[in-house]
Amino acid sequence: MNMMTEAAVEKALDQRMNDLSYKMIGKDVSVYYGEKRALFDVNLNVRQNTVTALIGPSGCGKSTFLRTLNRMNDTIDSCRVTGRITLDGDDIYDPAIDVVELRARVGMVFQKPNPFPKSIYENISYGPRIHGLARSKTDMDQIVEASLQRAGLWNEVKDRLQESGTGLSGGQQQRLCIARAIAVSPEVILMDEPCSALDPIATAKVEELIHELRSNYTIVIVTHSMQQAARVSQRTAMFHLGQLVEENDTDKMFTNPDDQRTQDYIMGRFG
Amino acid sequence: MSQVVTPTATAPVARTPRRDIGLKKRYAAERRFRAYGIAALSFGLIFLFVLLWSVVSKGYTAFQQTGVTLAVEFSEKIIDPQNQRASNPQVLLTANYPVMARNALANALGVAQNDRAKQKELGQMLSDGVRSQLRDMVVADPSIIGTTKTVTLLAAGDIDSAFKGQINLSVPQENRKVSDQQVGWMNKLAEAGALAKHFNTGIFFNGASSRAEASGVGVALIGSFYMMLIVLVLSLPIGVAASIYLEEFAPKNRFTDLIEVNINNLAAVPSIVYGLLGLAVFINFMGLPRSASLVGGFVLTLMTLPTIIIATRAALKAVPPSIRAAALGLGASKMQTIFHHVLPLAMPGILTGTIIGLAHALGETAPLLLIGMVAFVANFPTTPMDPSTALPVQIYMWANEAERAFVERTSGAIIILLLFLIVMNVGAILLRRRFERRW
Repeated sequence: MNMMTEAAVEKALDQRMNDLSYKMIGKDVSVYYGEKRALFDVNLNVRQNTVTALIGPSGCGKSTFLRTLNRMNDTIDSCRVTGRITLDGDDIYDPAIDVVELRARVGMVFQKPNPFPKSIYENISYGPRIHGLARSKTDMDQIVEASLQRAGLWNEVKDRLQESGTGLSGGQQQRLCIARAIAVSPEVILMDEPCSALDPIATAKVEELIHELRSNYTIVIVTHSMQQAARVSQRTAMFHLGQLVEENDTDKMFTNPDDQRTQDYIMGRFG
Repeated sequence: MSQVVTPTATAPVARTPRRDIGLKKRYAAERRFRAYGIAALSFGLIFLFVLLWSVVSKGYTAFQQTGVTLAVEFSEKIIDPQNQRASNPQVLLTANYPVMARNALANALGVAQNDRAKQKELGQMLSDGVRSQLRDMVVADPSIIGTTKTVTLLAAGDIDSAFKGQINLSVPQENRKVSDQQVGWMNKLAEAGALAKHFNTGIFFNGASSRAEASGVGVALIGSFYMMLIVLVLSLPIGVAASIYLEEFAPKNRFTDLIEVNINNLAAVPSIVYGLLGLAVFINFMGLPRSASLVGGFVLTLMTLPTIIIATRAALKAVPPSIRAAALGLGASKMQTIFHHVLPLAMPGILTGTIIGLAHALGETAPLLLIGMVAFVANFPTTPMDPSTALPVQIYMWANEAERAFVERTSGAIIILLLFLIVMNVGAILLRRRFERRW
């Protein structure tokens, strides 16, 4: 009897994993930093062409979860990940999966704008160049222009593509980083508090950009701002102490959450 | 009521003495600290100036050399009395050229040929180097035999010193190296314009010589150049590769910790130990030749490697992690991340470390003494396998000579060494500027 249900659950899960409306699926994801456990059996699905916001107080594991999605945690020696994470049904921690290819498919934008200390053009063209996405100089020019257009930066920088990317303002730098990420045509873009270092005007621009990018990309965004989560996302996941508290439609989450802890956090009672 | 409230209630509140937070003491401490800093700096600068002044004041005369311009008769009677030069070219090499030069000097001063005592003194006024100087002229063009040519000959080292005023002429004649007679001739020649100081190219190009006036750092320069080349070519790639592996790829465990500790220790090992190592391994075990700049280069490479590795690792560590994360996040492999982003940003630091290491190696003497580079080498080395010396070793050898003319040459060679170090440091600064990127 018990065996039957186990098998049924497994089957249901497999079906869900093949369901294309789920771009990435995390099942029982746990992360350890040495002896310390940072994530406890998180089950979270990321839907195709949707913005999923991860919220929760500092140290709750939302950034850790985000970084498991493109294996950026691999760069930390003491870090260990258990459970399964799939991208289009393929386990990304499978030894057969190449981490370089994974990161080309799952791009990332970091908390602090981190353009390369090179020209704006080189910042965008670097990714396509190492992945061999452009056959000629004209191809590359097109990719650079298209990426900057999509990131809404083209009109601001088109006359100074050869100037250093680090000479831009903070908001422009962050949009440059987003343009750099979309230049390699990823399927998923992970954003780790992309607006935390930006002023409200730059934040508004980036949020608008996220909104536009949703039609082409699947986006997972970590944010500390409730308002931002409410503005940009369709799904919201709430983390607390390394556990996934609740995952729901953003509208429901901010009006009538299922979990009391979510309610308290959103109301500002803790965190 | 009101007259009570206004003066007593408000005034004391406004005039409550402020809490003493020790501002005076804090500022005094800062002023004291600044004074210490300035004192330390001045102290260092004074020593630097004393050092430079002593070296330059002693050494600048080494770049001038006294020469005597004479009408030398290339007499066939002296060079080739039996007229054999067509059949036996050896004659031209063994001819008694100094006599020819002495005769020219005697003619200029009007000294009789048969006054042997005076002739001997005359001979001492010219450098022994005139032999090779005149011989080279004749061998290069035998047709000058039988003609008279105006030639500038090197004056002897003692005459050079006397002419530069470095010999105390108030000392009794017997106790100094130049006689009153020679000083008289010297002054006479100087008045006639025959004896004069010229720029000394010989100090840059000549090899070792027991005659101060004919010696130079030529061989040492070539030796030092070969060694720097070998050190650069070996230690930069090995050092950078080792640091990149240790810093970026190697697992962090006890073994790599041990390696790290050992590298730091090796940087502090006295250089003479490297000399012993070179002697044992490169010369005794591998059988490489003694005194060769190849061995010197190897030894200095071993000595420089820890410096370069430490500097490179520090430069790699200083690259912000966000740059690595950005590259990795784009799907660059670890190798691409390092070579496209981390290494270019670390380049200024690596270059600075390398040039500091090279400058250190350029001035290193002790290990070279042990591998036999402290040698009298008059022939120019053509390959790094040939015997040679190095600049600092040449300085060391000249410093051991007693003659006055070698004293100024010692300082002169130090000036040359310092010039090379300045050039290298300026090069380091320029390279750093060139590669520096701001973010």
